[in-house]
Amino acid sequence: MIDFQGYGPRLLEGALLTLELAVLSLLLAVVLGLLTASARLSRLAVLRLPAIVYTVIIRGVPDLVLMMLLFYGAQIGINAVTDMIYDRWGWDIFINVDPFVAGVITIGLIFGAYMAETFRGAFLAVDQGQVEAAESFGMSSWLLFRRIRFPLMMRHALPGLGNNWMVLLKTTALVSIIGLSDMVRVAAEATRATHQTFLFMIPVALGYLAITSVSEIVMQWLKKRYNAGFEETP
Amino acid sequence: MQELLQSLAPWLDDNAIFTASTLAQYWDGFVNTVQLVFISLLLGLFLAVPLAIGRASPIRVISRMIWLFTWVFRGTPLLIQLYIAYYGLAFIPGVQGSIVWPLIKDPLYPALLAFTLNTAAYTTEIFYGAIKAMPRGELEAARAYGMSPMLAYRRIILPSALRRALPAYGNEVIFMLHASAIASVVTIADLTGVAYNIYSRYYAPFSAFIFVALCYMVLSFAIQGIFRLLEKRMLAHLKPR
Repeated sequence: MIDFQGYGPRLLEGALLTLELAVLSLLLAVVLGLLTASARLSRLAVLRLPAIVYTVIIRGVPDLVLMMLLFYGAQIGINAVTDMIYDRWGWDIFINVDPFVAGVITIGLIFGAYMAETFRGAFLAVDQGQVEAAESFGMSSWLLFRRIRFPLMMRHALPGLGNNWMVLLKTTALVSIIGLSDMVRVAAEATRATHQTFLFMIPVALGYLAITSVSEIVMQWLKKRYNAGFEETP
Repeated sequence: MQELLQSLAPWLDDNAIFTASTLAQYWDGFVNTVQLVFISLLLGLFLAVPLAIGRASPIRVISRMIWLFTWVFRGTPLLIQLYIAYYGLAFIPGVQGSIVWPLIKDPLYPALLAFTLNTAAYTTEIFYGAIKAMPRGELEAARAYGMSPMLAYRRIILPSALRRALPAYGNEVIFMLHASAIASVVTIADLTGVAYNIYSRYYAPFSAFIFVALCYMVLSFAIQGIFRLLEKRMLAHLKPR
């Protein structure tokens, strides 16, 4: 067994944190992406414009800069608001920005923009005849989304979604810079303390490769599911 | 640059954060970022062309080995690769004090190493995809003319594949620009590093980071514009008539 010089349990905790962070921000990103894609395809310019601004800004700025802006800025912003509330109404509220929550929100916000582009293309690729058929059955717009648009769209969105997930997973490594103890941060601390870079960095790299490999299997399964009815099943 | 800053100074008098001295720091950061990204992209490009050809090679061993290289470098975060290059080289026993130490001591070279290998891996896969998507008829035509594989690569496959890879490569360039923000972690004073220093000096996250975000956006849009022009010129023959 490899001797992790006492850092073993912390590395495992870090790996768990990486996974939690990645999965939670993926969920947030998918929800944001669906909302933004719908807004961009809407007939109302009031909805379309903010969606365009959001995607252009997020995709033009590095993840790390956005993360620092939101993480370091959020506390000051919230403090300013709570101070104002205290001055005006005398309510003493103190909200501490939790680094984990900040990480999830930031990564979710960043990848929401990328997801929006994926979903927008996929929504446009849905056969219009199917939508018209559903409308003529008298489906409400929510039912139409749930039963027709979403399942049909997912077939086109899956490759992009899978790609985004892989990039998102690797982006979670950046939270180590703003102070979250994910597996990269634990490995970096251990490296600085013991001067044994490869002992700590290689297992962490393998951890990422393992998550990627498992995700590829899940993607294959999802692909089969959403391609049902489009491909001959052997 | 110095004169420009001098002439700007009167307007900046009332501003506590954006003084001539901090703007000069931002400018240095800008130069560092552009230099780092440009050199690693250039080196990565030179590595990627032979690697992509090897990846498409019919010899299984070569193709699998290059696949392993791209799989590892595309499957792990760049931050880890940077740490391995930075600490891994510096903590090799006996390296401190040897002839290569001046090279390793400066964080620029380990960062260049990590960035170059990373972008080489992504670019290899982009070029490999373009080579694979080569129309069969063109390859057969080249062979019918009696071209050797070397000549066919030089005259037919590479000029066509590299052109078709242009849009994807443009994305890779922007990705690399954004990824280079982590260089500040190993004490390189790039744009992000400068923004962080100014944030911690003045405790002004909004001014420091929004300004640097705008710098990156301008750079991104400029790169997008350059690639759009290049595509217009080099992919003119593929446009629908």
